[in-house]
Amino acid sequence: MLSIDVTKQLDTFSLAAAFSGESGVTALFGPSGAGKTSVVNMVAGLLRPDRGRIVLDGDTLFDSDAGIDVPVHRRRVGYVFQDGRLFPHLSVRRNLDYGRWMCGLAHDEAGFRHVIDLLDIGALLERRPGALSGGERQRVALGRALLMRPRLLLLDEPLASLDDARKREILPYFERLRDEARVPMVYVSHDADEVRRLASRMVRLEHGRVTATGGVELID
Amino acid sequence: MFALSPQDWTAVALSLRVALVATAVSLPFGVAIAWLLARKSFPGKTLLNAVIYLPLVMPPVVTGYLLLLAFGRRGLFGAWLADIGIVLSFRWTGAALACGVMAFPLMVGAIRLSIESVDRRLEDAASTLGASGLWLFATVTLPLALPGIIAGAVLAFARALGEFGATITFVSNIPGETQTISAAIYTLTQVPGGDAQALKLVAVSIAIALAALIAAEWFGRRAGARRDGA
Repeated sequence: MLSIDVTKQLDTFSLAAAFSGESGVTALFGPSGAGKTSVVNMVAGLLRPDRGRIVLDGDTLFDSDAGIDVPVHRRRVGYVFQDGRLFPHLSVRRNLDYGRWMCGLAHDEAGFRHVIDLLDIGALLERRPGALSGGERQRVALGRALLMRPRLLLLDEPLASLDDARKREILPYFERLRDEARVPMVYVSHDADEVRRLASRMVRLEHGRVTATGGVELID
Repeated sequence: MFALSPQDWTAVALSLRVALVATAVSLPFGVAIAWLLARKSFPGKTLLNAVIYLPLVMPPVVTGYLLLLAFGRRGLFGAWLADIGIVLSFRWTGAALACGVMAFPLMVGAIRLSIESVDRRLEDAASTLGASGLWLFATVTLPLALPGIIAGAVLAFARALGEFGATITFVSNIPGETQTISAAIYTLTQVPGGDAQALKLVAVSIAIALAALIAAEWFGRRAGARRDGA
């Protein structure tokens, strides 16, 4: 379980967000510029809050009062970025393997196969990211984050850079992932349909403030 | 008619050896300092940057003289190095040091630019996947900056090959030990009837410089294509 209570002065507004996420998919929902990406960046450790606490499964990742700030690479929080951010110089296979290698995990062929099949990316393994379509790239990015066996998966508008046809193509993979992988997720989106389809719970963020939390039926 | 004399060949071989050693030895330092300048902020950064670029703007004879003061047999470091058996003054190793110092600003400049052009968001992605420090550098930053690192190395090699002022000041112009192509050409132009011989060496140095630039272009393009996932 993730619990977060942080404040941060950003360029144009101040962010003060407090919420907790449970198992399953928690949607971080709100208009562009509400501070959603800043919140997930703070959970990942890429952005440092001015004050507050971030706790994941009883493990404190950040606590300004106690002077705790676990570095990004030790948080074991998977992150799927809006723009994929696959390593262009590595094949798809080595992209997928990167997190496992860096985290010092043993090779797990069955687990690897499972993720490959789940995301249907077996045919892409020897390709370079430059030769992938937008939808394929996001599926590989998702696989790469899953294969490091994260304690939590952050997804920052993973479909935002895709057109509607690609979104329809890739959404079923996210649903399968939600139903099969036992990893809690925070799913950032400004798209009500996406959130309704994927999430069980939502936190609405507007101008850096949490304005509603609850079931996805709260979205009008 | 175009035959080089044995002495010319010695100068060519010596130049290549000096330039290669100067480039190879300075490259790790060049990469490390370029990375510091590109990615870190620390007190004294502006000063470090200025010191690195000094050899580019100072008269080469000044750099050579400072090297003589520091690394000559009775120099600040030279005396100490001589005690452990390393003599740089009037040796080809000293020529390599002079060439390395003179070429260093060009090397660091090119590598720094290429590291700055590496997308930091990819480094962020790598750190969320558990990478840090040297591992992150070796697996993401370094391969992505490789075309620029190669360009920097070749630029430094070409610069080292043509170095004259600092080298001749620091290690003099001793045939077979410190007489590089540039110094040999200089010597030939100082003796009556040496022009024809000098021109041959001029042609050789143009050929080497051209080959180095073409090689740099080719390696750079190959590395660039690899990086961009073609």
